[in-house]
Amino acid sequence: MSIEEMAERTAIVADGGGQPLLEVEDLRVRFESRGRRVNAVNGLSYRLYEGRMLAIIGESGSGKSVSSRALMGLLPGSARISGSARFQGRQLLGLPDREMRRHRGADIAMVFQDPARSLNPTMRIGAQITEAVRAHGDVDKRAAYERAMELLQLVRLPAPERRFHEYPHQLSGGMRQRVMIAIALAADPKLLIADEATTALDVTTQAQIMELLLELQERLGMAIILISHDLGLAATYAHDVIVMYAGRAVEYAPASTLFAAVRMPYTEALLGAIPRLERPPHSPLPVTPGQPPDLTALPAGCPFEPRCPRAQDDCRTEAPPFTEHEPGHWWACYHPCEGSSS
Amino acid sequence: MTTVEERPTVLSARNLVQEFTVRGRGGIKGGVVHAVSDVSFDIAEGETLGVVGETGSGKSTLARSVMQAPRPKSGEVVLRGVNLTTCKRAQLTEARRHVQMVFQDPFGSLNPRWRVSDIVAEPLVGYGVGSGAERERRVRELLDLVGLNPDTFGRRRPHELSGGQCQRVAIARAIALDPALIVCDEAVSSLDVLIQAQVLNLFEQLRTELGLSYLFISHDLALVKQVSDRVAVMHLGQLCEVGPAEALYRAPLHPYTVALLASIPEPDPESARRRRPLAIRGEPPSPISPPSGCRFRTRCPRAETRCAEEVPVLRELAPGHSVACHFPEHDGTP
Repeated sequence: MSIEEMAERTAIVADGGGQPLLEVEDLRVRFESRGRRVNAVNGLSYRLYEGRMLAIIGESGSGKSVSSRALMGLLPGSARISGSARFQGRQLLGLPDREMRRHRGADIAMVFQDPARSLNPTMRIGAQITEAVRAHGDVDKRAAYERAMELLQLVRLPAPERRFHEYPHQLSGGMRQRVMIAIALAADPKLLIADEATTALDVTTQAQIMELLLELQERLGMAIILISHDLGLAATYAHDVIVMYAGRAVEYAPASTLFAAVRMPYTEALLGAIPRLERPPHSPLPVTPGQPPDLTALPAGCPFEPRCPRAQDDCRTEAPPFTEHEPGHWWACYHPCEGSSS
Repeated sequence: MTTVEERPTVLSARNLVQEFTVRGRGGIKGGVVHAVSDVSFDIAEGETLGVVGETGSGKSTLARSVMQAPRPKSGEVVLRGVNLTTCKRAQLTEARRHVQMVFQDPFGSLNPRWRVSDIVAEPLVGYGVGSGAERERRVRELLDLVGLNPDTFGRRRPHELSGGQCQRVAIARAIALDPALIVCDEAVSSLDVLIQAQVLNLFEQLRTELGLSYLFISHDLALVKQVSDRVAVMHLGQLCEVGPAEALYRAPLHPYTVALLASIPEPDPESARRRRPLAIRGEPPSPISPPSGCRFRTRCPRAETRCAEEVPVLRELAPGHSVACHFPEHDGTP
């Protein structure tokens, strides 16, 4: 490779890798049942480049999980999905089941919160992994076994030969999650979606699993979407962060930019409410009053306005647009925070 | 800290042991889970003792042993001079009104068919406190205290409430009988951060207004620091470090506490993208066959041969700050 070529490659990597791996535009998801309309995702747009880790952060009901499940075609029939989601240029939304199945696992794989419920309790670990291996490629038993062992070593499961013949209940939560990751990696996906994948684990185990994901990302060049409620996790591990509220993205920036200068009052409220080690005992936490908005009746203005300390009259009339106010830093607010470091 | 130590003791636990027998194949005795092994602590009036530990450390079993549900295998729990472990059933029922519990799952701990006002009134009815009208007044007072408008919320049922509101109802029920101590077992862990902050502040408000004591159990170290005067770190059924919250977090003595603290992802601009070395490797050992000597030694970076041979006992290195470790991080005077 010539020096010019190398310089060009570096430039592309620095600006995000040219062509995005995943391009989501104006994604909307609505659930309708018994005359009630729940607006779960209301116009979400983002781009994800190869080898990046994007954290999607939000509270319960913010639409972070629903938006990712929409990409995978994993939502129930009552979901009305619109917008666009292109994976390597190909539209994912509205694909018939047969075609979706070709993407699922092979291009995009998912790891869920509860490894105990995601694994089949009556099947041995080895059988569940070889099943995943053989589902994606025409391989014989022997090759499938070897690939399965390779995957178990890749996710650093202790004593893989023994674990191969064990059942899920014989493994700890952290080990089960490693098995889930091994299954997800069976077909070499280009994108791994980790939906609260470490939430049920202890902090020490969580750190181990996160380190594993980072290592796998570097070795396999995967992109990762990390769905979580934990801003701390995003700050520590992710390249880019999207903060969601009421089905919308309200702030989006590279992690270093975001945590150096938070602009969205909601993000600031979240950061302030997290109990921090440096805070002295019994110090009152800053309080954001009220409840998250009712997704069946969203206000015309900014959905965070009723709880926002910076709200003014214009916030009530029209929802602020989500735009790039500073290079790489997007937010949806008329009266953003000053952006000094918290 | 000294002010806290001078206050009278509300609850005193001595050498608590709780074990469960697990059945192996065909119902044969498979082993004994040493859930709580020789745990002692005191809680003073108006004091919060935080207990942190990972899954399987025995922290919830400890809470249940304190509540005598079920009674511990050995050891004693003394609540305001009454020995709960030896007293008669009637006495235990009477004593239980002074210690109440708030659980993790806000929906699961409320009867879905009852109205909020009936849920909060239940302990009053159960202990025959006041007349109907007096109880009604007390319920309104309690709902006000936990920040729920009695006119709006009194007639609702749990499914019409959010998680945070359910937890407020559970708290109102817990304080209905003016208890001395509230045992919180992961009481805010299932709530979103903004709601969690509201409920944590409510706990603090009730502590100062009603002079409550708390046994506050959680897996979240930062959360426990937020509310506690003293903190106990639990590992595999044993207390490995107990100390004043400030000192324990500033200068932890036990290698396990150090490892726990290093594992927390902090939302700190400077720590963003900072890759830290893994604090702890490997899996926690089984509580059925814990390692000999120190139960943390298999994962401990400081372990030596002595740790396998000799069980470390809890010893005080600084005032109120004790550790069960042969080779603590420092000598108590950092």
